[in-house]
Amino acid sequence: MFALGDMEFASRLILGTGGASSLHVLEQSIVASGTELVTVALRRIDTTERGLMDVLRRTGVRPLPNTAGCYTARDAVRTAMLAREAFETDWVKLEVIGDEHTLLPDAVELLKAAETLVDKGFVVLPYTTDDPVLARRLADLGCAAVMPAGAPIGSGMGITNPYHIALIREAVACPVILDAGIGTASDAALAMELGCDAVLLASAVTRAKDPVAMATAMRHAVCAGRLAREAGRIPRLTYATASTSDIGAPAWT
Amino acid sequence: MITVWLNDIPRPIAPGQTVAMLLAELDVPPRGVAVAVNGEVVRRAEWPGARLADGDRVEVLTAAQGG
Repeated sequence: MFALGDMEFASRLILGTGGASSLHVLEQSIVASGTELVTVALRRIDTTERGLMDVLRRTGVRPLPNTAGCYTARDAVRTAMLAREAFETDWVKLEVIGDEHTLLPDAVELLKAAETLVDKGFVVLPYTTDDPVLARRLADLGCAAVMPAGAPIGSGMGITNPYHIALIREAVACPVILDAGIGTASDAALAMELGCDAVLLASAVTRAKDPVAMATAMRHAVCAGRLAREAGRIPRLTYATASTSDIGAPAWT
Repeated sequence: MITVWLNDIPRPIAPGQTVAMLLAELDVPPRGVAVAVNGEVVRRAEWPGARLADGDRVEVLTAAQGG
């Protein structure tokens, strides 16, 4: 089981709902992925398609509101407080974006927002960079997990600096959730092999040619990566190590 | 009539109208809705008693797809 905040989850996959072509495909993808936690955003009522809350209710998953689109701590805190009202949860995926081209986090604003929200009693899950020091600072503030980007949101580049993700795993005691950048199943497996406790992904599934099949692939990838991490990979060696013994081999004259 | 700004669009309402009355007119879904007036969150329990004033900026938000 995966313990996060005051909850336990059987699935180590968190699914983002952004980018799905329809609510019907999204619902099928949620079911296929086996996830129990999905991210949702808050937007003006006149611009949103009805029915997302019904999808969450039918699939029995828990909503994780995000603060997507916020560029300052002030806006992120306000959005989190509105989300708490809308979704009746004090959990928040904290995003404070610093740059519109990379959508990478603004570390200074992120720390400010995290501190305020922890003080207000939120279960704060911050989307952060792959910087181990920043991750430790967020954990020290009392965040329930740290969620480093493998690569920029929606880029599908996978994990551009696996070494840093492994360092983050060593740097904090709280759960580490790889968030953003996943392109395909092997990226999700690698995140788990590096020691992440869970993976959060959206575009890799919602924008795949066959989202439901990719959701199934991700479900297996996260399980496989977790098993491999626990099993312990063999060391990388420069030269071959024969797996078949020479003892008893026939001699040809 | 007075005018409030509902998600940036001017909307005439009756004096004394509350947030709850405005939401009833808008046919909002029963769950997954949040309201801010002039940047301040109005909690669900406060909707029936929260009277709107001329020029108030009202944000009505709901669940949307997002990563």
